Amino acid sequence: MASVIRGECPSPVPLKEKRLLDVRIAELPSWVLMRDFTPTGIAALPAPFGRGYDRYYNKYVNVGEESVAGVSMVLAACVGFSYCLSYKELQHERLRKYH
Amino acid sequence: MNENLFTSFSTPTLMGLPIIIMIIAFPALLYPTSNRLISNRIRTLQQYLINLILKQMMAIHSPKGRTWSLMLMSLIIFIASTNLLGLLPHTFTPTTQLSINLGLAIPLWAGAVILGFRYKFKTSVSHFLPQGTPILLIPMLIIIETISLFIQPMALAVRLTANITAGHLLMHLIGAATLALFSISTSTALITFIILLLLTMLEFAVALIQAYVFTLLVSLYLHDNT
Repeated sequence: MASVIRGECPSPVPLKEKRLLDVRIAELPSWVLMRDFTPTGIAALPAPFGRGYDRYYNKYVNVGEESVAGVSMVLAACVGFSYCLSYKELQHERLRKYH
Repeated sequence: MNENLFTSFSTPTLMGLPIIIMIIAFPALLYPTSNRLISNRIRTLQQYLINLILKQMMAIHSPKGRTWSLMLMSLIIFIASTNLLGLLPHTFTPTTQLSINLGLAIPLWAGAVILGFRYKFKTSVSHFLPQGTPILLIPMLIIIETISLFIQPMALAVRLTANITAGHLLMHLIGAATLALFSISTSTALITFIILLLLTMLEFAVALIQAYVFTLLVSLYLHDNT
């Protein structure tokens, strides 16, 4: 009641189930503390790393007409990531006339 | 060039944090799981391959040895995937590090040997002395057999490390040679490039073969001891 007088409307959705973008700033600390990380996506605990894995998998890999595209995107990301990691050593191997 | 050659084998760090744990866990992402009996193409393909390897590898074992099926299948899939992923450009291959291969080889070998000594002591000890040896040779032969027993895990680990590391190094060197020869004489560079292609095909085969050999030897040690 006091919050209504101050001009905020009480939230109808319970705080626990909101996504990050729907949480108000004042509620943010209690949201972070209340969030539980264990329930993962679609089935109980098959995916290694939770919901992000499931979302990628269902969008790109688990389609009806499968092809190599879903997995090759992951491998290309792996190559790009490793390139960034080893950039420091690769800097010396550019094609130059004088090294 | 000498320093550049071995930097690809150094443990990867991201701003000082070792991310090798992520790199070792990465192949697990490529093998999706599902509750269904029949799933999509990628799962069907993986199931088919795993069944093929499983039947071929565990056929010689007794039921007691077959309790190790999960362990051996995970082993061959891990080694094969890390080796194959290491063939992508710029990636880091965990199996080039002796520490990881020793960590795989020693516990598995020790488990098989301890299992044999615990449950079938006489059979295990009798492996130290082949049948029909002359009496005078017995002490020497027992010493030799003991040494060969203790060398088994070292040989397993070093074999895998050396094969994969040597393959990667050769590809680096021949690639650098091709690039250097390109401006000097293009035909020689072409020959070197063909050598590089053949070497890459060999590396694909080696990646799979080494995984197979590792797992096969562990299963043989297991078979001796169950």
